Amino acid sequence: MIAYLIRRILYAIPILIGVNLLTFALFFVVNTPDDMARMQLGVKRVTQEAIDKWKQQRGYDKPLLLNSAADGADKLTDTIFWKKSASMFVFDFGYSDDGRSIGREIAKRMGPSLTIAIPTFLVGLAVYISFALLMTLFRATVLDMAGVALCVLLMSISGLFYIIGGQFVVSKLWHLVPISGYAGGADSFKFVVLPILIGIAGGIGSSSRWYRTIFLEEIGKDYVRTARAKGLSELRVLFTHVLKNAMIPILTGVVVVIPLLFMGSLLTESFFGIPGLGSYTIDAINAQDFSVVRAMVFLGSVLYIVGLILTDISYTVVDPRVRLQ
Amino acid sequence: MKVLFSVSLCLLLASCDGGLWNDPYPAGDAGKSILYTAFLERPKHLDPAQAYSENEYDFLALIYSPPLQYHYLKRPYQLVPLAASAMPKVSYLDKRLKRLPDNVAPERIAYSVYEITIKPDMQYQPHPAFELQYLRLKDGDLDGIHSLGDFARAGTRPVLAADYAYQIKRLVHPQLHTPIAGVMEEYIVGLKEFSATLQAAVQAHPEEFLDLNDYPLSGVEVVDDTTYRITIHGKYPQFAYWLAMPFFAPMPWEVERFYAQPGMKERNLTLDWWPIGSGPYYLSENDPNRRMVLTRNPYYSSEQYPSEGETGDTASGFLDDAGTRLPLIDSIVFSLEKETIPYWNKFLQGYYDASGISSDSFDQAVQVSVSGEANVSDAMKAQDIMLSTAVATSTMYTGFNWLDPVVGGPSERATRLRRAIAIAVDFEEFISIFANGRGISAQSPLPPGIFGHHEGCAGVNRYVYDCVQDKPKRKSIAEAKRLLAEAGYPGGVDAKTKQPLVIHFDTTATGLGNKSRLDWLRKQFDKLGIQLDVRSTDYNRFQDKIRRGDTQMFFIGWNADYPDPENFLFLLHGPQGKVKFSGENASNYSSPEFDRLFERMKNMDNTPQRQQIIDDMLEVLRRDSPWLWGFHPKSYVLQHGWLHNIKSNIMANNKLKYWRVDAEQRDKMRREWNQPERAPLWFGAAAVLLFGVWMWRVLRKREQAK
Repeated sequence: MIAYLIRRILYAIPILIGVNLLTFALFFVVNTPDDMARMQLGVKRVTQEAIDKWKQQRGYDKPLLLNSAADGADKLTDTIFWKKSASMFVFDFGYSDDGRSIGREIAKRMGPSLTIAIPTFLVGLAVYISFALLMTLFRATVLDMAGVALCVLLMSISGLFYIIGGQFVVSKLWHLVPISGYAGGADSFKFVVLPILIGIAGGIGSSSRWYRTIFLEEIGKDYVRTARAKGLSELRVLFTHVLKNAMIPILTGVVVVIPLLFMGSLLTESFFGIPGLGSYTIDAINAQDFSVVRAMVFLGSVLYIVGLILTDISYTVVDPRVRLQ
Repeated sequence: MKVLFSVSLCLLLASCDGGLWNDPYPAGDAGKSILYTAFLERPKHLDPAQAYSENEYDFLALIYSPPLQYHYLKRPYQLVPLAASAMPKVSYLDKRLKRLPDNVAPERIAYSVYEITIKPDMQYQPHPAFELQYLRLKDGDLDGIHSLGDFARAGTRPVLAADYAYQIKRLVHPQLHTPIAGVMEEYIVGLKEFSATLQAAVQAHPEEFLDLNDYPLSGVEVVDDTTYRITIHGKYPQFAYWLAMPFFAPMPWEVERFYAQPGMKERNLTLDWWPIGSGPYYLSENDPNRRMVLTRNPYYSSEQYPSEGETGDTASGFLDDAGTRLPLIDSIVFSLEKETIPYWNKFLQGYYDASGISSDSFDQAVQVSVSGEANVSDAMKAQDIMLSTAVATSTMYTGFNWLDPVVGGPSERATRLRRAIAIAVDFEEFISIFANGRGISAQSPLPPGIFGHHEGCAGVNRYVYDCVQDKPKRKSIAEAKRLLAEAGYPGGVDAKTKQPLVIHFDTTATGLGNKSRLDWLRKQFDKLGIQLDVRSTDYNRFQDKIRRGDTQMFFIGWNADYPDPENFLFLLHGPQGKVKFSGENASNYSSPEFDRLFERMKNMDNTPQRQQIIDDMLEVLRRDSPWLWGFHPKSYVLQHGWLHNIKSNIMANNKLKYWRVDAEQRDKMRREWNQPERAPLWFGAAAVLLFGVWMWRVLRKREQAK
C-alpha cells in the first residue's frame, strides 16, 4: 500500500503542473498584466508609468512563459509562470496583489469555512442516509412516493432560494438567529446554525434520492433475503446489513469531497458574511488577483488528489477484499 | 449522534449570552456608545499615500488628520482648518522670489507658498512604533505576534510639522503607488527631481530601507515644530482642497522603519494595513474579512463640534452639540456585508444605525409625493426612520468619441447629430425608471453645489431643453428629427448612402440585470430611426477601447476629488485627451476656444469674473454637445431615530465623528423589534415527535404482522 501511495503522489506532480499551466493560460488569455495593474490601481489618474511600476514590483514585467532575452535555464525560470508557480509546490503561496500573505490568509479563513462545512457534511450525511433508509423501509408505499416527490421538489429549487428564504423566515420573521455575520469560538454557533441547516436542506433532495437508489439495489440481493429468513427485523436488516454493504458506492462520492470542505462555499459564505475561503476565492476572481486565484486553484487540486487517495484507502477499510498494490 | 447533540447543546448554551437571539453583536456591547455600520468591499489600501477610493476614505478620514477639512454643516462646501490652527497663509512670488501682492494677476505668479501652522497639542494614537524597543526587533521577537494588539506596549508622541513634510516625500516613494504623484510633481517645487533621486537610491541599494529623512525636498520646508511651508509652481488655488485629503496627513518616520523590519510583512503587518494617525479614531481591530473597528483615539482632544451652520440648522437640532468635544461616539463597528438583502434586513432590525437604499427596497422605504418630494414610507415612519438626501458631486454621462468620423469632431453635421441624440435620449425617464428618481438630469458637467452651476432658467441647456416655469423641459422629438435631417440623416438614414445610421455604444453593463436599461436606450434611438449597436464588454476591455479611442459612444461617470468646477471641466480639456495624452478626457473633446477659457479659469478664485468665464465655457460645451450630459445622482440615506446630527455632506468623509447615538433608545427598540418567535420551534419539535411516534407504531405493526 505504501508503494501504491508513493506512486499516486508522484503521479500528482505532473497533474498539478498541468493544472497550474492551464490556470495560468486561461487567466492570462483573458487578462494581461496591464489589465491586472489597472484593476488594482483604480479608475482615476492611472498613468502608464504607474502601471509599469506596479508590474515591476510584483514581477509581472517578465515574459509569460519563455524569456528569450535570458540565457540558459533563465529562459524558463525568469518568467512570470515560473516565479509565480514554482514556490507553490512547497506550499509557499507568496503575496496577493494587494500585498498580503496568502498563506496567512488561507490559514485564517480555513476555520470559518470548516465551521460550516464539517457540520453540514456530517449532519447532512446522517440526515440523507436516514431519509434514504426511511424511504427504502417504506418502499413502494405512499410514504415512499411522497418522499421521492419531496426530493424532486427540493432538487428543483435553487440554492439561492433556500438562503434568501431561510434568512427571511428564520432570521427576519422569527428572529431566531442573526441574518448574517460571524464570530469566533462558541459565539459562532448562532451564526452558523442557519447556514448549516440550509446547506443540509439544500442537499436532501439529490443525496437522499441517490442513496435510496443504492439501498434499493442492495435490498434485492441474496444476503438480505437470508438475513430476513433468519428472522431479523427490517430495521436491523437495513441499518446493519444493507447500510454496511452500500458503503462502497457511498464512500466513492463522500470521501472525495472531505478535503474539499476546506475550500468553503462561495454562495453561502457571501450571503451569510462568513469570512471563509469561498468568499476569498470569489473576491480574488472579481479583483483579478492572479496570485490568489492560482493559489486557490492549486490548493483545490491538491485537496482533490488527496480526496481520491483517501477514497482508495477507504475502500480497503470497508471492504477487506480490496487491496491497494 | 448523542455526542453531536451534546456538543450542539453546549454550543447553543454558550452562545446564549443573555441577549436577543438574532443579535449579531456581543451582549456586552449593549448600552455602549457604538455606531454600527457596514462596508461592502474590503479596502485595498489604508496607507494615506496610496488610498484614493471612497471605501478607503471611510476609514482613513477618521484615522488621519490632514491640515484642512470640509465644514460639516455649511453649504456650499467650505474648507476649514482641521490639524492646522488656521487656514494656510498663501503668499505669491515672482521668478526672482520677490513677494507679490495678493491680488496680482495669476500669470505673473511664479510660485505660491503655503505656510501651514498646525495645532500644538496633537498626539498620535497609541502604537508600538513609538516604543523604541520595537524599532530594533531581533530574531524571535515577533513570535506570537499576529496583530498590533499583540505587542505588549504602545506609545505615542506629539505630531510635528516634520511629519507632514515626511508624508509629502512619501507621495513619490519608489515602492508606493500614489495616484496623485503625477499631479503633485507638476506643482510642488522639486518633487519631480526628488522622485528621480529616490528612484536612483532604490536602484543602487534595492534591499536597504529607504530613509526619506536623508533626502531633502526643496519645495517643502519645516520652519519649526508646528510650522511648515509648501512651495508650488504658479498659482493653483485648488491645492487647498488636496490639503484636506489623507495624502497630506502626518506620517511619523518611526512607523515606516517599524514596518520595514524583517518578519512584519509576512505577518501582514504593514502601513498599508495598519494605519497610524492622529485623528479622532484609530483602527483597533482589522479583520477586513469580517469586521473593522475604529476606537476613539484617547489622545485626540483638538476639535469641537461646530457652533455655526446654515440657516435652519439650529431649528433642525444640528447645533445641539455645538462646542462638544469630538468625536461623539466611542467606537465604530464596520461589518462586512457583501449582499444588500442581509444589510437591509439588519438595518430594519436595528442592527445597523444607517443604511443606503437598494433598488429592491426603494418602494418599501420611500414614497414620492405628487410634487416629486421623497419621504419615508409609513412603515419606515412607524420605526422612526428618517431620510436624508443630497445631490452627489458626481456626474454620470454618455460621451461621444470626438475622434470618431461619424459622431465626433466640430463639423456642423456631427454637432447636429449629437444634439439630435441629446434631445432624444430622455434622461428624466431614465432617472425615473432605473434610479427610482434618485438623480437630477444634468444641464452641464457641473452638479449643483459647485461654483459655476446655475439654478433656474440661467442654468438650462438651451440646445436640449426649453425653460418653462423656471424649469427645464426637454425639446420635442420633432426638433430632434429636424436636427437629424439637417445633419444628413433624415429618418435615421444616411442621405448619401441610403444606409441606416448605426451607432455603436460601449458599456460595461452586461448580463440580464442590465438588459432592460440597454433595451430602453435602444428605444431612445429608435425614436429617431437610428439603430443602436450595444457592445457590452468587461471592464478591462472597455478601458482598453477608451484608451485606444475605439468607441463611438460610451457610458461613464466621474466623482469629484474636490468641489471646484476645474475638477469637472478638466474632463473636457483638450490636453487631457485620453488617446493622445493619456489624460482623463475620455471623449477626446478638443476645442481651442474651450481650452483657452479653461486655462484662464482654472487658477482663478471664485469671483464674478470666473463665473463669467465658466458661463462661456458651458455655452461652448452645450453648443458642441460632446457628451449627453446625463444626470447627477442623488444619495439617499436612511437613519434610525436614535442617531443624531446626520446632515448629508458628500465631500466630508469624516462625518461620523459628528454623529451621536442614543444607545439606550437603540437597545429599547431592538428589544421591541426582535423578540424571538418560539412557537415555530415548539411546533417543529412536536411535529418531529409525532411523526416519529407514528412511524414507530407503523413499523411495530408491520413487524408484528410478519
